[in-house]
Formats: sequence, C-alpha cells, structure tokens
Amino acid sequence: MKSSGIKRSGFSEWWYRKGKYAASHLLLTFLSITTLLPFLWMVLASFKPLDELEQLNPIPRAWRPGNYLKVFEKIPFHLYYFNSLFVAAWVTFLTCLTSAMAAFAFARLRWRGRDQVFRLYLATLMIPGVVVMIPNFTLMVKMHLLDSYLGLIVPASFSAFGTFLLRQFMLTIPPSLDESAAIEGASHWQIFWDIIMPLARPGLITLAVFTFMGNYMSFFWPLILVKSEHLRTLPIGMLYFDTLYGRQTNLIMAASVMNIIPLIVFFIVSQKFIIKGIQLGAVKG
Amino acid sequence: MRIRKGNRDTREFFTALGFLMPNFLGFAVFGAGPVLFSLVVSFSNWNLQHTVPFRWTVLDNYIMMMKDKAFWMYFFNTVYFMLGMPVAIAGSLLLAILLSQKLRGVIVYRTLFYLPCITSGVALMILWKALYNPDFGPINTIMNWALAKLGINHLLILLGGKAVSAPQWLLSTKNLLAMSVEEIKMTLGQWGLGARDALIFMGIWVAIGGNNMILYIAALSNVPQELYEAAEIDGAGKWAIFKNVTWPQLAPTTFFIVVMSFIGGLQGGFEQARVMTGGGPAGTTTTLTYYIYVKAFEEFQIGYASAMSWILFMIIFAVTLVNWKFGARELNY
Repeated sequence: MKSSGIKRSGFSEWWYRKGKYAASHLLLTFLSITTLLPFLWMVLASFKPLDELEQLNPIPRAWRPGNYLKVFEKIPFHLYYFNSLFVAAWVTFLTCLTSAMAAFAFARLRWRGRDQVFRLYLATLMIPGVVVMIPNFTLMVKMHLLDSYLGLIVPASFSAFGTFLLRQFMLTIPPSLDESAAIEGASHWQIFWDIIMPLARPGLITLAVFTFMGNYMSFFWPLILVKSEHLRTLPIGMLYFDTLYGRQTNLIMAASVMNIIPLIVFFIVSQKFIIKGIQLGAVKG
Repeated sequence: MRIRKGNRDTREFFTALGFLMPNFLGFAVFGAGPVLFSLVVSFSNWNLQHTVPFRWTVLDNYIMMMKDKAFWMYFFNTVYFMLGMPVAIAGSLLLAILLSQKLRGVIVYRTLFYLPCITSGVALMILWKALYNPDFGPINTIMNWALAKLGINHLLILLGGKAVSAPQWLLSTKNLLAMSVEEIKMTLGQWGLGARDALIFMGIWVAIGGNNMILYIAALSNVPQELYEAAEIDGAGKWAIFKNVTWPQLAPTTFFIVVMSFIGGLQGGFEQARVMTGGGPAGTTTTLTYYIYVKAFEEFQIGYASAMSWILFMIIFAVTLVNWKFGARELNY
C-alpha cells in the first residue's frame, strides 16, 4: 500500500516526523561508529603495552604514552615528517605555478592551435601512472637524480589535471577585466599576476590542497626512487618500520597515528576546498 | 603605435608559448615522452641489469604475455577486486541519501564518513594488516570469542555440521568465489574467507564514505524539487519515488562513478600488495600493477613490464572512449 502520499492527521504527522528524524540520527550514528572502529582500535592499541595487544579488552589496563617516544628511538620519524612536508610543499608550489601559467595561456590568451593542444592535455589525464613510472625511473638513473630530493620533487611537479582545473576557474573570470588592463598598458605578466591570480585564488587553493595531500601520501614514486634512509618520506619510512618491527604492533600503531593526524587536521581546515575540488573535476583515479 | 593584426597574432602566440612552456616541458619530459618511450621499449628485450644483450624483439613481449599464465591469473585478480565496487557505490549512494536530509550535524557525519578516504594510504593498510592478524588481530579475537563463548560452534555441531574456526584472512588463499589458486576455475575446497576478500572489505570501508559519496550528495541537491513534489502528489511511495525520480536523475553521476571506479580498479591493488601481502599468498593478491612493478623493479625486465603497462593503458583508453561517447559532457554542480 502506498501510504506516504496519504495525508495524516496533524498529530500522527508530528510523530512520523520525529520518528523519522530520530531513526535517521540513530542509523547515521551507528554507521559513523562502524567507520570509526578501526581508528579507535588503532589509537587504543598505540597506548597498550605489547602483551595486552592480543587480549580482548579494548581499553588498555596500563597506559603507555611512552610508545610514541619509542617510535622516535627506533626510527628517525621526525626526518620522515620533514621529508614528506618538504617534498610536498615544493611539489605543491611548483605544480600551482606551472599549472596556473599554462591555464592562463589556455583560458585568457588567443592563439592558433590552442584547443588542439588543450585536447592533448586532456587526453593525458587517463595515462595510468605505472606506464610513465618505468621510463621516468630510467630517466632519473640517466640524470643521476636517483635517490635525491630533486628526483622526488621535479617529476611530480607538472600536472595536466591542475591545468585543467585552473583553466575552468579562469574561464569564469570576466574577460573585460584583462581587456581594460591591457588598454591601460599592463603587460601579460602583470595581467596574469595582479589580476587573474588573485581572482583564481579559490581554484589555486583547491589545487594546492589536492596536490599537497596526494604528494604527502604518494607511495609508488618514492618507493622506487629512494634508496637511502635519510631521504625516506613518511609512507616509505612506515613501510620499512613495519617490515623491521612488525611484531611490535603497539609502536607501529603509534607511528600510524602520527602519520595520519596531520591529514585529519588538514582535512578539517580545508574541507570546503576539498569538497569543491571533488565536485569540480573529480579526483583522478 | 600601429600594429598590424598578423603581427599581434604572432606576438600573442609567443606570449602564450612563454606561459605554457614550464608546464609543457615538464609534461613532455615526464608525461608524453615516457609514454612513447615505453611503447618503443616494449618491442625490445631491454633488461636494466644487462644480463642479456639488447635486442629488438618486436612482438615477442606481447606474445609472451598472451602465453604467460601468471599474467592472466593476475588479470583475473584485478577483476576480482572490482567485485567490491557495486557494494561500495550502493553504500555511497545510501549514505548520500541519508546525509541529504535536513538534519542537525550533517557536516559532522560527513566528515566522519570521509575519514578513511582522506587518510587512506600506507598507514591505514598497516592498520588493517594488524586488524586482520589471525593471532592477535581484534577481528579474529572477537570471532573466536563469539564462536566459543556464544556457542556458535556448539550449535553447528548439534545441527550435524562441523565446528568452524575464524578465517586466516591475509594468510589464506580461500575466497568467496571458490576460485582455485593455479588456474581460473572453481574448486569447492577453496570456498571461504581469505586474502582477496579481506582486501575487498577494506576497500569498501575506504571507498564508501569517500569521493563518490560527496559526488552523490552534490548530485542529489541538484535534483529539481518539483519532481519530488509532483511524485508525492501522484501518491508515489518512497521506493517508487527513488526508482522513478532519484535514480534516473542520478544516472550521469552513477555512470561517471562507475567508469572512474573501473579505471581506478584496473590500476589498483599495488599498495595493498606491497604493504600488506607481498602479492601472496600464492599470488592471490597480485594485481596487474603489482606484477608490472615486480617485473620492472625487482626483476628488471623493463621490456616485458612496458608491454604489460601498455596493454593496461589500451584497456583504460578503451574505457575512457566509452565514457566520452556515452557519458555526460560535463557534470555540473
């Protein structure tokens, strides 16, 4: 029977709404807790002494905050942090700059062959990472950039996706702005830097957030490129930590917690831009 | 000053070139160039260790691939891992519908659901490896407790069955489709929960509240309200409204999500294999990407690995063409 369309009396309508409201909250709370359970276990396990790990009690009987310090004794975790942030910051800066310049050429300048070249850019969005990984690796070998910061940063700093995203943004800026600036004698670079860049700021932040996060977590490229310990980024450091000390699960979990905390903070701060970015072009792969 | 039009065009062209150059050079050196390079290399026997003299082998790598049983097995694995896709997408839609109601705290729920996606990576995989650990992982601790203390095994024996034990998860080659290990065929004894399913469950947990949910939320907010009102006036029930209004309105988004998940799935499984299973047990969690990685960076058979990566590229290219042909021009939110 199709009942929801039938008019209810005011009273039962009130109960129906309240009930639906409560049921939705109940369901959402239940689902959130299910999602969070693995995280909860991770945090609790990171505070447990090793012999308590296989026991059923979720809350540690003896709290061991010292586990976090022990991680730093076993591996140079601060160095991994630094490497990840350093590399991600450079990649983000370079990606934003080069993508914005290219996007400016595609969105604000008129030149022959523009649309064909742009289509070529779009086509490269679907190239699977693994295809370029092998040639890029051999290129790094030839250029003696294996095992170096430059090798980690430079190949990751050119993004067709970023160009695409910023072009979409720049197209929404009214063309009268740069026309009047040109009449007043502004150079192309001035138009780009002083007019378009400030107006494209939401797009730039969105791209920066995605690039930073993607690079912070990037795994494949650093894995094949980095050989020496002092260049390891967090994911690579975590991998070797797990391989070497895998039995000390409490320490591994402490390291994992420290690994993801910056991401969670970063996400909460920049949520608006991330959501926008997903909707704008949908993240690659 | 008078500038002829042709001159201005040329000047504009060189300005554009200047702006384009940094990105374009990087794109040529690290993107387009490598793609062509890997195609060329795939016709050779290039080995980074120089154990064999370099030779153009034309199609040998591709023929080898067709005959390589492992390649087909790992191709199958890659497809197997996509079985979680429909579940994850349906889950994302369900969450999106729940979050599209007028409720307090929707943003908080959304943030919580999104956490696995935003933190996904090596750290989470190491976490799940611990969760799945058969000896001290919480999943099996709880399962064993339930089997023993809640009398589930007792009941099974009473009913004339056999006592069961908790799955070995990442150490087991069993799987829900009962696929055997060496060949792509079913063997009843292989039925159970094993490494492949464990990775699928983890994948669903990561994907369900992720980007797809965000896309669905945006799409739902774009369904014209009048459509719902009209359907309600017609006396349509909840399910009828979903089937006849919501679902068709979401079709372009769903199509996009399916295509993207498919493309992602074809390239997937590398991190899981490298971090959690080493591609095992017995190769059951080795996907195409991981196989390419092993061939290229552990066995240094660059030629063969390049050939495989090009086949992967071609498949993805085909899927993208389908998307271009049938997908919406642009998803606007």
